[in-house]
Amino acid sequence: MWLLVALVLAVVPHAVALPIWLSTLFFAMAGWRGFIAFRNRALPARWLLLAVAVLAGAGVLIDFRTLFGRDAGVALLVAMTACKLLETRGLRDGVVLVFLGYLLVMGNLLYSQEIPLVTYLFAVVLLMLAAQVMIHRQHAGLGALAPLRLTGKMALQAVPVMLILFVLFPRIPGPLWGLPQDAHKGRTGLSDEMMPGTVSTLSKSDAVAFRARFTGPFPSPSQLYWRGPVLWNFDGRRWTAGEAPPSPVPVPFTPEGAAVDYSVILEPSNRIWLLALDLPAMLPPQASMTPSFQLVRQQPVNEVYRYQMRSYPQYRTGDLQATERARALRLPSRGNPQVRALAAEWRAQDTRPESMVGRALAMFRQQTFYYTLNPPLLGTDSVDEFLFNTRQGFCEHYASAFVFLMRAAGVPARVVTGYQGGERNTFGDYLIVRQSDAHAWAEVWLEGRGWVRVDPTGAVAPNRVQDGLYAAVTDGQNLPFLIRRGGDSAWLHQLAMSWDSLNNSWNEWVLAYGPDRQKEFLSGLGFGAVDWREMIIAMTVALAGFVLVVVGLRWLDQGSRDPVVRAWQRFCARLARRGLARGVQEGPLAFVQRVADRRPDLAEPVCEIGRLYATLRYGPTASPEDVHQLQRLVRQFRT
Amino acid sequence: MLAAWRRRFEAWVTRYQRPSLGPIRLDRRRIYILPTPQGYAFGLLLLLLFVWSINYSNSMGFAFTFLLAAVALNTMWQAHDTLLGLVIHGNGADPVFAGQDAGFRFLLENTRGAPRHGIALQWRDGEPLFIDIPPHGSMAAVLPIPAERRGWLRPGRIRVLTRFPLGLFQSWSWVEFDVATLVYPRPRGARALPVPLPGAPGSGAQELAVGSDDYAGFRPYAPGDSPRRIAWKAAGRTEQLLVKRFVDQARPELWLDWQLLGIENIEPRLEQLCQWVLKAENEGYEYGLRLPSIRILPARGEPQRRRCLEALALFADRKDISGTDDGLESRKPAKAAKTQRAAG
Repeated sequence: MWLLVALVLAVVPHAVALPIWLSTLFFAMAGWRGFIAFRNRALPARWLLLAVAVLAGAGVLIDFRTLFGRDAGVALLVAMTACKLLETRGLRDGVVLVFLGYLLVMGNLLYSQEIPLVTYLFAVVLLMLAAQVMIHRQHAGLGALAPLRLTGKMALQAVPVMLILFVLFPRIPGPLWGLPQDAHKGRTGLSDEMMPGTVSTLSKSDAVAFRARFTGPFPSPSQLYWRGPVLWNFDGRRWTAGEAPPSPVPVPFTPEGAAVDYSVILEPSNRIWLLALDLPAMLPPQASMTPSFQLVRQQPVNEVYRYQMRSYPQYRTGDLQATERARALRLPSRGNPQVRALAAEWRAQDTRPESMVGRALAMFRQQTFYYTLNPPLLGTDSVDEFLFNTRQGFCEHYASAFVFLMRAAGVPARVVTGYQGGERNTFGDYLIVRQSDAHAWAEVWLEGRGWVRVDPTGAVAPNRVQDGLYAAVTDGQNLPFLIRRGGDSAWLHQLAMSWDSLNNSWNEWVLAYGPDRQKEFLSGLGFGAVDWREMIIAMTVALAGFVLVVVGLRWLDQGSRDPVVRAWQRFCARLARRGLARGVQEGPLAFVQRVADRRPDLAEPVCEIGRLYATLRYGPTASPEDVHQLQRLVRQFRT
Repeated sequence: MLAAWRRRFEAWVTRYQRPSLGPIRLDRRRIYILPTPQGYAFGLLLLLLFVWSINYSNSMGFAFTFLLAAVALNTMWQAHDTLLGLVIHGNGADPVFAGQDAGFRFLLENTRGAPRHGIALQWRDGEPLFIDIPPHGSMAAVLPIPAERRGWLRPGRIRVLTRFPLGLFQSWSWVEFDVATLVYPRPRGARALPVPLPGAPGSGAQELAVGSDDYAGFRPYAPGDSPRRIAWKAAGRTEQLLVKRFVDQARPELWLDWQLLGIENIEPRLEQLCQWVLKAENEGYEYGLRLPSIRILPARGEPQRRRCLEALALFADRKDISGTDDGLESRKPAKAAKTQRAAG
């Protein structure tokens, strides 16, 4: 019964993600099992279960088109558990079910590691352990709640060891082998390409992209440009990266002004890129930098990942290579004739790149453009349509049109995607950057200054940069609550912020504790650079220390636990020193009688002690006065 | 092969332990601990979870794996602790017939303020007998040990074990008490009782306690009648309890004599004699037993029965028997005795 409840609870979080037929099957089977146990009915025949198992396996195969991978694996696990539930006969079946239960718990953790779920799963594991106690029939003598109390105690005692292992067990950077395709699917985030609609879709999500904690003062909002993929290639509709290979050292540039130091706690994105403020001047471990100043990692970020960063908001970059210049000017051979004509017209008037940039921004600012989450769909000549016809767009429309215009006018330009701004959490004093802060802007290359950031969206909707999305769009009523900052119900927002602050600490200290953070943490404790051997040693020492402490405490405890026994042992030890050792089988009364016969002078206290001890140990009731009396007598006893 | 090695290893481990006369307190030196098959499977599960956590870089997965590992270590310690300080008294068993189980009585005493759960006594590879012991209390356990051969039966080493609480580790200890019980021969044989000799005449027509040869019909049950005299078959027919009436004419004397049996081998002879003893006692005869080395005068009742059965159980005098090798060495280990029997 314990086991059934624990298993059902372990499956509940899965139930939403599973195909509906499988959830139904599982709960029906569990209900059936409960009914059988309750009414003492017979278990169904084996062939029936086998048929159900085969059908369920086939169902999973049809539904997921595979039996491997995270989703199909979990589904299969649930199906197996459902069938095994109705086939529990002996201890071995029970054990198999318990193990399946642990795997189900683990399966849950692959989907989410947030505080509520982890707390819930901890309770489930406690139940599961209690079930594991109870499947051994020989422990049936335990009461109804005793197994829970016992496992609760066990888990509490296990926590210190778990912490030691968690902190000190050398972490191996994963994965050990290629993961199935669906290992980390379902993550929203930036994409490495951009077409109308990519960023605006993302903007409707309130999911946290990352959080950042600054060592010094917060930079101003207009400096908070978090650099993501840089896009060079345009096919008339879609921007793609086409990036040169990254280098293992930071790409040099000339900083102007002060550095900003901060750490980023990145949520899993299943992407290799790391976000950094313009322009990053260092590299996290195992990361590298593309020539366009984008940080990338070898492995996709599938864990909460924390890294230290330093950026210079004011900078000047170096020369432009000829090939780069060519790429930064390339346009599709056809399409968007109106824009090309406009650019040619500007160019005829003034060839200076700065003036081109100025005229383009002035156009966005002075003519009627709308910044909206739901722009109309665009046809083949998307840039033409947008600039001269619809004039409603989100940041990707503006960035795309601007870069197109610049290139057509002969100014090297590229699109940069990433995030802009973020919300400051005053509880934890850090910055939350959500998917809704996703943004796209442009960079143009100007002689003497290098790559210069230009944000055409800022020209259309200046408060997008200053106050975030909700303040800038006119149709933001349907945005998720957390994005509508500065909106209604401020106290609720405050509550959400304090909860987020808790989550951030959880992320920063627990979830982000990977191989890098482990090294960082241990060297922060003054261990210097540690390798895995030293970690093993430290772990062993810590575990041994813990065991010693426990043993010591128990030893102290045991001494004081039974004052009666202790007093009696002292008494016996004293007599033993006088050659009157108690025989192994000699009862207390027989012993004191013998002592009294041998030493009549001691007869009175000895007999009294023996009588008291026998009363306290074997008598029906023991009063505290008797205990004190015994202790007093033993203390005063002199041979 | 493996079993032989295991036995040898166990013998080596316990080479300094001698059968104990008194109670045994389990101390650290005599408690051993190893994972159960289930424990090894759990280890594999942990490994799987660990690799899974690495592959998905799942921090909570690590925490979960480590939590289970820590719990497993904790149960190892608990399994050890459950036995530590346990006091065991070995109290012997009542005599039984060969082929039955001798119930050896043990008393397990817990001097601690916490209960001990799931402690088992196990004889060789038999089914373990599980009990729980309350705090500051004790619990009696009767461990059935098969009595295969007549003679003295010593349980030898008893394994005290526990797999508490999760069944991942088994801690155990060997205890051996200097206790033994007598195993009577198996009552077996098809021969009818020998003809009783006329003995001292009785006091006329008088109802006897239990079955004489003169059966004199039924009478209704009255309180105080021995249940052995109830005619169960007749009761089934009449729906009324009836007792058999016996009338004693004279007290016959029955000599159960070794020489009466022309059976070649000793064991079948003893088995037949044992059968006779039970039958004679049951039917109310005064009976005596004559063996080559011993003679027990006719008598009746429980002490007589026991005397005769003991004589049969311990019958081992080679001098009196010629031409057969089927002598007895009751104190030899059962294994040696078995081979001997096969040869004989």
